Amino acid sequence: MRGYVVKKLTSVISIQVLTNQYKIFPLGDAAVTIDMGNVISEALNQKALAMQQWLLAHPFEGMKDCLVAYSSLTVLYNPVIIKKYYHPRHTVFAWVADRLQQAFEKALQTGQAIREVIRIPVCYDEPFAPDLVSLARQKQLPVTDVVNIHTSTVYNVYMIGFLPGFSYMGEVNERIAVPRKQQPTQVMAGSVGIAGSQTGIYPLQSPGGWQIVGRTPLKLFDAFGPEPVKLQAGDRVQFYAITKQEFDSY
Amino acid sequence: MSLTIIKPGLLDTIQDLGRTGYSRLGINTGGVMDRYAAQVANMLVGNDTLEAVMEIHFPGAQFLFEQNTLISITGADFTAMVNDEPVPLWHPIVVRKNAVLHFPKLQHGSRCYVAVHGGYCVNKWLNSYSTHLKAGAGGFHGRKLEKRDEIPFKESRIYFAGLLKPGKEFEVLKWHVDTGSTYLHPNEIYIIKGNEWDQLTCQSQQDMLEDNFTIHPFSDRMGYQLKGVDLKRNERTELVSSGVSFGTIQLLPNGQLIVLMADHQTTGGYPRIGHVISAHLPKLAQLRPSDCIHFKITDIATAENLLIAQQQELNILQRACLERLNHVVC
Repeated sequence: MRGYVVKKLTSVISIQVLTNQYKIFPLGDAAVTIDMGNVISEALNQKALAMQQWLLAHPFEGMKDCLVAYSSLTVLYNPVIIKKYYHPRHTVFAWVADRLQQAFEKALQTGQAIREVIRIPVCYDEPFAPDLVSLARQKQLPVTDVVNIHTSTVYNVYMIGFLPGFSYMGEVNERIAVPRKQQPTQVMAGSVGIAGSQTGIYPLQSPGGWQIVGRTPLKLFDAFGPEPVKLQAGDRVQFYAITKQEFDSY
Repeated sequence: MSLTIIKPGLLDTIQDLGRTGYSRLGINTGGVMDRYAAQVANMLVGNDTLEAVMEIHFPGAQFLFEQNTLISITGADFTAMVNDEPVPLWHPIVVRKNAVLHFPKLQHGSRCYVAVHGGYCVNKWLNSYSTHLKAGAGGFHGRKLEKRDEIPFKESRIYFAGLLKPGKEFEVLKWHVDTGSTYLHPNEIYIIKGNEWDQLTCQSQQDMLEDNFTIHPFSDRMGYQLKGVDLKRNERTELVSSGVSFGTIQLLPNGQLIVLMADHQTTGGYPRIGHVISAHLPKLAQLRPSDCIHFKITDIATAENLLIAQQQELNILQRACLERLNHVVC
């Protein structure tokens, strides 16, 4: 894929900071969440991803889906199938909760992860950056500084949610961190936005409240491509600025 | 084998029981709003419950059947008519080639399901027939049905012509499905407590269970906005986003509630006050704007037992439907 320069790098992520502090609770009668804290933390996110990986490698009958958010993992299941296959002694929820506890313990053994930096071209010029000038003014920075700061950080993709392939990345340098808009506006596909300490890319045109600072020519969601969604939780991303001419010739 | 849309409806889409396994990519489950009615629609025509059905909102589309076929209509009552004669819901019905099905008047309910024998022949997207409108994929070209769309059916080796009386455009077969307790007490919705239930003030916990909530007109397949007394939390902490599910009841910053429905996003960051139990989602899916909801708390064990009982009832119905059908077509 053009513009998709991939640089391999190895980083060791320590998850030793974790203790047994988590909470498992029902998200209705067909889903359960294990929540490790109401925080945005790379270590907890890595832990949630390791648990997801373990569960996908050790699925159980009736497990329908699982997803990682910042510091939590949610598993969707069919209680009727679990009841039929495993005859849980107590509730189906308790049975799945046990399974999650097991995932938590087993996934501790994953201590290393090889991460890639995915470089994504972004045009920060008009008309792709409707909120860039106001953001720069609000932060009392020249526009070029905002762009330099936004492109100088390697972001962690914590989760995919909201829309097919919408990436929640962090953390944005506080010098350019701004709250989301009061009123959502129509946002074009490829738009790169900032909301608080998060940054992300709208893969589809959609109403949205993030402050839009640029747009990537890359198609991050392609329903009929071999991989419909390009970015996944756990990826590392760095943006680089391109001109409008470069954008148009993509 | 196919049907053609003569006149499009407000929102008619091809759906199945949902697309699972992709929520970590932000691709939601979607699927039918009323899983009970959709499954029964398939059973009545001898299909597997995983086949695609058509989900119809009022005002519904007008269809022309291009061949003799066996159909069923379940869920909401929009006064279904074949060639201007009323036909009953929850029955198998044989329709003759060139018969026209339409829905002139809303009686009650919100979503009506039409299944055809063999199932609709549309492409799966990510293992599901469900229409994903945002992604423009799944179902019939990833969109709602429009005028002149021709929806093909899967091949069938059974011909139903012998069941049609001469001069009649349709024949209602003699058996029907009794929906039992599924839609009884439509406004009484059981919930289990959500993780942030305890953050509600005592007064708000009481209000939640004693007051009535009205479904706002802005409600759709993504979620039902509710109008009711403002609910308050004891704490102001914001939540980082995490997974949500069909039936999750979130508290918005303005003190009002929203219930997430079939097309909900995969993640959310509002406090989760409660979750509608799965067995009550079909009746919730059939409520309409300005209908009232009264919440009752139950526990997870009861919720699971009610769902399992509902599924057992469906299994019995499926066997019975197949036996009846085999008997008449043999």
